[in-house]
Formats: sequence, C-alpha cells, structure tokens
Amino acid sequence: MSERADKRGGQEPDAHLDTVKRAEDTPAERQPYAELGMKTDEYDRVRDILGRRPTSSELAIYSVMWSEHCSYKSSKVHLRQFGTKAPESDALLVGMGENAGVVDIGDGWAATFKIESHNHPSYVEPHQGAATGVGGIVRDIMSMGARPIAVMDALRFGAADAHDTRRVLPGVVEGISHYGNCLGLPNVGGEVVFDPCYIGNPLVNALCVGLLRKDQIKLATAPGPGNKVVLFGALTGPDGIGGASVLASATFEDESHAKRPSVQVGDPFMEKLLIECCLELYQADVVVGIQDLGAAGVSCATTELAAKGTGGMDVRLDLVPLRDPSLRPEEILMSESQERMMAVVTPDDIDAFMAICTKWDIPATVIGEVTDSGRLVMTWYGETIVDIPPGTAADDGPVYERPFHEPAGQVALNADDPARLARPDDLRATLLELLGSPNLASKEWVTSQYDRYVRGNTVLAQPADAGVLRISEVMPGAEETTRGIALSTDGNGRYARLDPYAGAQLALAEAYRNVAVTGAKPLAVTDCLNFGSPEDPEVMWQFAEATRGLADACKALGVPVTGGNVSFYNQTGSTPIHPTPVVGVLGVIDDVAKRVRSGFTGPDEKIILLGDTEEEFGGSEWAHVAHGHLGGLPPQADLEAERALGLVLTEAASRGLLTGSHDLSDGGLAIALAEACLAQGVGCTVSLTGEDAFVDLFSESSARALVTVAPESFEAFAELCAAHEVPCYGLGTTGGTSLTVEGVLDVPVTELRETHTATLPGIFG
Amino acid sequence: MSAARVGVVTFPGTLDDQDAARAVRHAGGEAVPLWHADPDLKGVDAVFLPGGFSYGDYLRCGAISRFAPLMEELIPAARAGLPVLGTCNGFQILCEAHLLPGALMRNAGLHYICRDQGVRVENTATPWTSDFTEGQEIVLPVKHGEGRYVADEATLSALEGNGHVVFRYVGGNPNGSLNDIAGIRNEAGNIVGLMPHPEHAVEDLTGAPSTDGRGFFSSILKKLVNL
Repeated sequence: MSERADKRGGQEPDAHLDTVKRAEDTPAERQPYAELGMKTDEYDRVRDILGRRPTSSELAIYSVMWSEHCSYKSSKVHLRQFGTKAPESDALLVGMGENAGVVDIGDGWAATFKIESHNHPSYVEPHQGAATGVGGIVRDIMSMGARPIAVMDALRFGAADAHDTRRVLPGVVEGISHYGNCLGLPNVGGEVVFDPCYIGNPLVNALCVGLLRKDQIKLATAPGPGNKVVLFGALTGPDGIGGASVLASATFEDESHAKRPSVQVGDPFMEKLLIECCLELYQADVVVGIQDLGAAGVSCATTELAAKGTGGMDVRLDLVPLRDPSLRPEEILMSESQERMMAVVTPDDIDAFMAICTKWDIPATVIGEVTDSGRLVMTWYGETIVDIPPGTAADDGPVYERPFHEPAGQVALNADDPARLARPDDLRATLLELLGSPNLASKEWVTSQYDRYVRGNTVLAQPADAGVLRISEVMPGAEETTRGIALSTDGNGRYARLDPYAGAQLALAEAYRNVAVTGAKPLAVTDCLNFGSPEDPEVMWQFAEATRGLADACKALGVPVTGGNVSFYNQTGSTPIHPTPVVGVLGVIDDVAKRVRSGFTGPDEKIILLGDTEEEFGGSEWAHVAHGHLGGLPPQADLEAERALGLVLTEAASRGLLTGSHDLSDGGLAIALAEACLAQGVGCTVSLTGEDAFVDLFSESSARALVTVAPESFEAFAELCAAHEVPCYGLGTTGGTSLTVEGVLDVPVTELRETHTATLPGIFG
Repeated sequence: MSAARVGVVTFPGTLDDQDAARAVRHAGGEAVPLWHADPDLKGVDAVFLPGGFSYGDYLRCGAISRFAPLMEELIPAARAGLPVLGTCNGFQILCEAHLLPGALMRNAGLHYICRDQGVRVENTATPWTSDFTEGQEIVLPVKHGEGRYVADEATLSALEGNGHVVFRYVGGNPNGSLNDIAGIRNEAGNIVGLMPHPEHAVEDLTGAPSTDGRGFFSSILKKLVNL
C-alpha cells in the first residue's frame, strides 16, 4: 500500500469520485463534454463503445485523445497520401505513426528526426511556450532510443517592427535559448521569417535530430503481461491542464481547480538528466517499450502503449507522484507536466532500472502492469475509475472528411501579376534595401543566443545553408564511421498562399537543395503543417492542396515523409495565417570531411550559377519589400531539375570539386551573392548572363545554386553538369573587397555587412 | 611512459565534459571521468572543470556544485598545487569555491551570447598557458549568460598588479566584464579559470573557426610529462 493510501486511511470515502460503478448507476448524469471540445456525436460514440456513460476520467481520456491535436481527425484523410504516394526508399526504418521517423544512414547507424509545432502556447507565454516546444520534441527523439544531437527552429512572427512582435520574439528566442542551451544540444539552423499575417499567431516549430544504432530502435509499445509500467522524470503538477479543470471543478467544489494554467513550465535541467538517464537505461538494455509524455500526458502514454502492446494495462493512478497533492484523477490524466517518460520494464530488470534512475536523481515509480485483458483499467485508491479498450482512444478516433473549396479571392489573387509593378532603376539601392529587410537581414541577434558548439560535433551551423554534424564522436562505437548528417528546414507562406500545391513543393525543394549544397544526399522528410481552421472550407482547401503537393513532390524527389505534425486553428477571428508548410529534410554525407562550406571561401575561384533563371516575381521578397505586393503565381517547382541539381552537388562534393556553395532562394541571385561574400568576407566580380539585369538579380526561380570551383576543376565540373543536364553559367571570380556586378553595381563588403547586421539589433535592442 | 591523466568532472547538468575529454585525448593525454558524487580524484595529475549548467544553475551558477562530494577532495588538492582549469561554469564553480577571487554576473546585455571571441593571453606563467606567448591574440568561442567578471577594487588591483589576469577580451567585450577580464589565475598559478571554451577550438572540422584551444592542452601535458 502506498504512503498516500496510508495517509488516507480512515478518511471518509471520496464522495466526488466518479467511478465506473457510479457511471453505471447514473446514466443520465449530464457531462461537460462540450466544454472539453467534444461534439455530441463524438460523445455518443464513447457511450456506444463503453455501453454506458464514461466516467469523468474516461471522458478526460477520450476528449484529449480525440482532440484535433492528438487524433489528426481533420487531417488524416489527407495525410494518408504520404503513405500511399511514398517513394521507394531503402533508408526508411520507421515511418509515420511512431514518436519520430528513423532513417538508415549507413555503417549500422540510424538518425531519427522530427519537427513539431508549439504555436499557441508560444503566443500566450512566449518563453515557456517555446522552451517546452524544444523539450517536447527532444523527448520524442529520446523515446526512439536515440541520443538527441541537435535542434533547430523554424519561427514565424508578425511584422518585425510591430509592437507585439517585440513581446513575442525576444521571449520565444530566450525560451529556446535557455532550454536548448541548458540541455547541451547545439542549435544548428532554422528560420526566422516576419509577415503581418503571423501577428496574432506566431509559429514556433521545433526540430530535433538524434542518433542511434540501427538495431537498437525503441518503440512505444507495452508487450508482455506482467511487465511493469514505470513513470519516471518530473513530478506531475497542475500545468497544461487547460480544459480538464472543467471536469475537476464539476466534481470537486474548489475554486482553485477551475483556474489551472494552460501553458506548461519547463525544467531543462531535469530534461538533461532524463536524457543521460535514458541513454544509460538503453545501454543496460532494461527497457521493453518507452513513450514520452507530451500532449495528453498520462492519458496518451497509457492508451498508446497499451494499444500497441499486448492490449491491456492496469494502472494505479493514485501512485503517480504529484507536485500538488490536491490533483484530481481527471487532472492527473490530462496534466502536461514536462520532463516525464513512461517505460515498460520486465520484473527481472526493474531493480537495475530503478538503480540507474537513482544514480541520475530521477524519481521513478511503478504505477502499473501490462495485462492481456484487452482493457486499460485504472484505479484510484482501490476504486475503478477507468475501464476502456485502449485502442478506441488511441487509434479509433473520429475521422472527418471536411468540406473544402478554393478561396473566393484565389483567382483574382493569382491574376494580380507582379509584372504590373514598377521596376527599380537603381539596382544597388534595391540590393541594399532587400539585404537590410527583416526577412533577409542577418539573424545573428537570434542565433547568437543559441549554443552551436556544445558536444563538439557541429561541422556547419547557421547561417550555413544546412546544419551538418559528424557522427563518429557522438557515441561510443561510432568511431569508425566517416559519415555526417545534414539538416535544413524551409517554408514560404507567401508562395503557399498564392498556390498551396506549389508552395509545399517549393518548401521541400528548398530544404532538399539546402541539404544538397553542403554535399549531402537528401534522404527523408519531416513536416510541420501550419494552417488556419479546418472548419473553414477555404483553409481546408489550402491544406488539401499543400498535402497533395508535398506528397507528389516527395515521390518525385524520392524522399519519404517520416513523420511530423499538423497545427490547425492558427487564425485570429476569421483571418487565417498564410498556409505555412514547413519542411525539414535530412541528408547523409558519406565523408563529412568533404562537406562544402557556405559562400565564398577564398580568392581566385570561379563562380558558377547552376540552373536557369526565368522572370518569376510572384510572392518574391522584392515584391514584398518594395511594393508590399502579394499576387500572381509563385515560381514554378521543377522537381526534375531539382533532383538533377542535387545529384550534381552531391557528386561534385564527394569528388572534392567544390570550394564553396550557396543555394538561391528568397531575394534571388543578388542576395545569394551578397550572403556568399559575407560568409568569409571575400568579395567577387561577376557578369550577368541574361538580358535584364533586374530579372537576373532578383527573380526567385527555383532549382538554382551558386558554387565556386578552383580554376583547374572547372572543366571536370562543367562535364558533370552536362552529364546531368544541369545548366551551368560561369559568372566570374571571387576576390577583392567588394561585390561587383559589372556594369550594374558595386558595393564594398563592409557596407553589405553594415546593412545586413544593423536591422534586428535596431529593432530588438 | 604512460600518458598524463587529466580528470574531467561531470556534475548533473555538465555539458562540455565530452568536448573536454576529447581535447585531452587529441593532445595525447588520458581523460579520466570524475563523477560529482564520488569523492575520489582517482590519482589524476590535473583536473578540467567543464562548462554547462551544473545543478541547473539554480540558486546561483556554481553555488551548489561547490558542495559536491568530489569538491571536498578537489578543493584541498587544488590548494596544495594540483593543476585545475575551469571554463565557463567551471570558472563559476572555482569562484564559488573561493579557489579564485571575484564572481561572474549576468551579462551586461542580459542575453546569453555565443560567438567566436578574440582573447589576448596576458600571462603564460601557468601550467595551462605556457605554450602561448605573452600578448598573443587567439580566437575562442564564448557561450554564456553569466560571464561578467566582477570583483571589488582591492581584488581587481591585486589581480592586475600581480599579473594574475591571464586572459582579456579583445575586439569587443561580450559581457561587460571589468577590465575586459576573460580569465584569471590564483597566486600559485596552478588554478586558472576563464569564460571562453578552449575545448571547442581544437579541431579543423568542427567547433570554432580556430584551433587556438590546443595550446591549453599542450601546455598542461608538457608540464605533467616534465614533472
């Protein structure tokens, strides 16, 4: 008998406790399902499944497990395409549906990675919202059996100079900085984008990547009747309970239970201990199944583990160690207290398991046991309060085919071609205007708050096109491999607003290209799909188009989606954000020492532009900055060209032909040249090849990259391009102290730097 | 001849222990893991206190670590002459343990800062800096939120007067440290603390764009071999 049970000895029976027996006896009792976000037909389905009304604890479980966030009920029918259209891939070891996808990177090693949103909490409480976003995704990676090795963040804010951005951005950055830095995970990349559409709905998408031996993948499953269920990590408190307080206050007349905080509070120190503890548990091979506690806390962990295992589990909810002893069972079930994990352990290993937790000062408690009953049964001081088939909560949630149709203004938006916009005469001024604009300006104000060096495996980090990490020194046993991994996230909401199908493809294409320019071969995809309300048919159309576009592009480029996250309801009133699919691509480089550095790395090298430039200004940075214009169509996504470009870049890197590289994206060639100069302070002199200097410099055609080669390598490189039919244009030579476009503009690198670095400190201090 | 043995301490929340151990190995030494709860120095010839957020930096950076069981062994050994290097959180712990004077406060800019920082070597008469030349300017990463070195006037003038300032920031002070102080030593010179991270600047492929951190490890290993 537990200590707390002892303490309760002699007390009156809990009159407020809604037991299974009481539910059977009071079928007509009105339940607050609507307040918990459940529709009447969903509630009726629960009653059908159970053959009675649910207890308040069961209602807590079903309401969170069937929420949009946990059940993907609006997105599921569209997300299925990522499976049905998935390309053939030898690399995929674990696909969608687990905590994170796992990819074979060779030599017996695997990488697991995933991106996830923490948008709404980050608006309410920027610091904790963003911090716990990092914490949550790191635990997903840990629960696959991996050592987390790096993080990155894709962020979207309202206009940079908007009043509320000055509240949200510094808080978000500080939250990521504090949590990630304390965990000892290098932050190696990401994005910071400003657009007025995000003012009431900032996006905080956090990505984590981890490394594990290919044969040591852990899964969220609870097999083996008699095995113990252990809850370990932080104590359970009243944080992140949100809606569940409705239940608690309905059964428990206490004001304090009606006002629970909805945003969780993180403790990165506990998470760091949890990482090291888990790795030691894996090393000792004492874990049968494991699941992190994220959204929906104990409800999610127990139902999912049980559903994927033997099928049954008995849990004594009163044994959950609490930070606040007044918590009610419904609240314990829904609490989103951070830094908690649940493991399934054989009785033989339980002592060894507990000893390792003790070494790391991690509280660990056996709260239940795996059974073959097919039921998840929970008791509270001896009384049964939950008795359900776990799969009905975990897997059999509602699925909606939401109606969708093209937005009313879409045709007019696409017809509003940027060709009508006045073109600039002074291209030098345009270059500087763009380079200093918040979206293209240096993000050092943000990234200097992140530790990019810790653990000593960072080969490339921001502002490089992709983060690159070596593998050999991550863990014992990896010493022999020369491999590295590369990661990038990208997404352009303006492109997706103009054409969500193409916009999603362009997001993938850019991330794919960013990985390829480092010399890595793109292998797999994770995505975070940020949209408005799925109940708005116009938003649903954007979602349907974006998922269709992304699935088709993944097939065309041969990179499967391994997992990710959907974030709906990013809207203020009836105004949704731009549809913002953020795509992360993971690649592998066979010899990480052959990685290609970003930009111009020395003088007297030949500068080559790869890919063709068309007149494409729809959704461009120039139209946005110079005219505040959004209309027309985004650049064409030419996936065949993208794939060929990737092959050339990867092969050229492995043959040691490239001395530097950089992808072309927002702001076109002009910005790519400026950033290449800024990378190491090396200037250049180039000539344009097209008829219109403005188009050459600022068009945003996709499937393009800038590379440098030593003069003696030029011929071999040109042959390689020809073999893959990748257009290849010699632009000029690196060197000097200015960016010179002959006959067009000349800007000293020092002036570029001043313009590039002044903007964010000027706004955020 | 067996390799010199350099202990690398891990507290709960230590982050740069792996980097420190790697840097010791690359320089030809043997890195010996030392655990905070185990009051045993394992006969090491020198100790590296790496950076991180020991005990979550709760209360005050380094304030809890100084009471760790290992520190009960380390503090008297250091006072007796054992070479000890503390970087970042390690420097904070050395100050909290009163093995070095002064304290590290919140950065003047109030933000955590990670950047490649110019540092001038001011004193080479320590076992950790003998391979540098006096006045040599090197580049090491800094990455901290609480690195502003402060001390009372008497302590400062004693540090300066005795040549006990070992490192000074050049090309901009990242945190508002008094006199641009990046690192200091004790009277005997065996104990050195600094905010920058030599262990992140020892390889061409990874870490900072410099390998200037190697000098710390070559200095101590030469010293230990010649003992």
